[in-house]
Amino acid sequence: MDCVVTGGNVKVLAKAVHSLSRIGDELYVEPQEDGLALRSVNSSRSAYACFLFSPQVLKFCVCTNSTKQHKLSVQSVFRSLATLEKTVEKCHIKLDEQKSRLTFTLHCKHGLVKTHNLSFQDSESLQAVFDKDSSANIFRAQPRLLVDTVVHFPPSLEEITLSVSDDRMWFKNHVEEDAEPSKAMLTELCLSSDEFDHFSVQTQNSITFCLKELRGLLLFAESTGLPISIHFDEPGSPVVLSVTDSVLDGNFVLATLSDENNTHKRNSRSCTQPLPPPDDFMNDDMDSYLIAMDTSIVPEPSVTASAPLARAESSKHSSVNHRTQQHSEDENETDETDHTAGPPNKKFCSLFFGSVLPPPSQMSTQPITTQEVLASDSEEETQLE
Amino acid sequence: MKFRGKIIDVACLNHFTRKSHICSKTLTKTCVLRLTPDNLFFILSEKVANGGVSMWCELAQANFFDEYQMEGVTQEDNEICLEVAPENLARALKTLQNAKALKVKLTKKHCPCLTIPTLSTVSRVVMHDVPVDVIPRKLWHEFKEPHMPNFDVSIYLPPLKTLKNVVDRMKNLSNFLVLEANMSGEMNLKIETDLVSVTTHFKDLGNPPWGEDGSQRDSDAMAQARLDVRRLQQFLMGQQVNPTKALCNLVHQRLVHLILLHEDVSLQYFIPTVA
Repeated sequence: MDCVVTGGNVKVLAKAVHSLSRIGDELYVEPQEDGLALRSVNSSRSAYACFLFSPQVLKFCVCTNSTKQHKLSVQSVFRSLATLEKTVEKCHIKLDEQKSRLTFTLHCKHGLVKTHNLSFQDSESLQAVFDKDSSANIFRAQPRLLVDTVVHFPPSLEEITLSVSDDRMWFKNHVEEDAEPSKAMLTELCLSSDEFDHFSVQTQNSITFCLKELRGLLLFAESTGLPISIHFDEPGSPVVLSVTDSVLDGNFVLATLSDENNTHKRNSRSCTQPLPPPDDFMNDDMDSYLIAMDTSIVPEPSVTASAPLARAESSKHSSVNHRTQQHSEDENETDETDHTAGPPNKKFCSLFFGSVLPPPSQMSTQPITTQEVLASDSEEETQLE
Repeated sequence: MKFRGKIIDVACLNHFTRKSHICSKTLTKTCVLRLTPDNLFFILSEKVANGGVSMWCELAQANFFDEYQMEGVTQEDNEICLEVAPENLARALKTLQNAKALKVKLTKKHCPCLTIPTLSTVSRVVMHDVPVDVIPRKLWHEFKEPHMPNFDVSIYLPPLKTLKNVVDRMKNLSNFLVLEANMSGEMNLKIETDLVSVTTHFKDLGNPPWGEDGSQRDSDAMAQARLDVRRLQQFLMGQQVNPTKALCNLVHQRLVHLILLHEDVSLQYFIPTVA
């Protein structure tokens, strides 16, 4: 293999390497007849990404017949994107099989030449099996839209849940089951179909996948301005995010959390869980969401000793609260339906070897306990005074 | 217990974001949001072991909210007291930077939450559920407005930006500084290390009139307080907008009480001295 990348294409190549580095530490380089393929897979094999550059990008690409893949760490070559953009005029990539060296020569301004000799390892061909065109749900959006969406989620967030209905798409942060619910901040964002270039939904589904890789792709898509396509079917089967141009093709295949409960439901043809109604922002009824969190009643048995007056009062309170609670249930409908469906189980399926991790134990669906008493002691105290 | 508020005026929104940032920039893990029919309070009271800084920030709701409805725990105690993580709140409010409307409501989801839906300029709704802890009434007494200390010296502060510059420079030299002031409008910031002593003098700052002052204090005598520079920085960090009035009350060798008055917001900050 011997090829030259010039001008702006160096930046594209560098961005691609950077976004691949978000996935795994190693880069798989495979010269092909129709160009150069750069691939990466993460250590748990739940995320795979591939960029295919056509020969137009790689001028004078002389591909040897070798279809071997080479595994190496390239990120160091393109460490600083900012300086790269300004200084590098062309990049020459040459494979020397005798010496087992892949040489990147960066020709910079003022005749500066930087040469990186990287050692590599031969490896088996890495290829994820996916068929994005047969996906039930296909979307295409400008990178800006997704960048603006992702920015609302904290950098520390690992997974994101994406739900679709006929004309809307929701993004939610995925909270792990074992995380303490009272600590987790939830963020939810809704996009309407007209913000997308293409929006087609066949099955209303929701999938959960890693945000890190999506961020990696966005990095690339934003700099190249290429629209991102999203293809997915159902929880547990991979989501494919892709960017396509006349000269390059990038696909990110990410595992989604398999959802035991949902799979069962699907068998009974009722997997479409009702999605939350769009928030009618400007007009809403105060009563529709005000909640009763009673700090005033004391349902503890220890109270029996106190005056009957207190009991009477507390029962009165609870009936009032019950009424308001109903309102709050309306408001929290979205939340509860989610609970009954059960949050997706946190088990990623391996994409490449068909090996599905052992079926997760049924997770405890946590029905919302009504009338949770917060700060129950306060009333008791005031009454004792 | 019910609470809901709505801001649809962009100016008010920016204003609110800025003010909330003052509180969310603090380094503590939790702060208390107290809601009354007329005001919102952000309250901070640090354990003495962690520095013992406390803050009291009062916002008149009418100046921010277009709609504001609340119902407290009972008719007599018409208040709501919530504990929030400033970090979460800051993140939720970050969304506001290009928003055109905001709602805040108290909801019960997986736990009690402040649900903050914002409407962005492109009519996209982003909703944050910030988990809160409802503070029981028996603990409310911890979050009452702090008493004005029986100060030795009260003085107007120089422009906060100037003060910040000086303090930031001093931080490079020492972790502690001595703030001293007297009743003749003089204030000094001093640091002393083995290698260097630096003093910045401010003059003619003026002393606010606090009614008849029975004290026989010599107007040139300095009251001193030795402070952890970081605490002072923390206070100055949140103050990008110059307040209408900024003043400082000093209790000699004990406490510094800083007060900032904006038209609609008042902020009090207490920094204990270190030995």
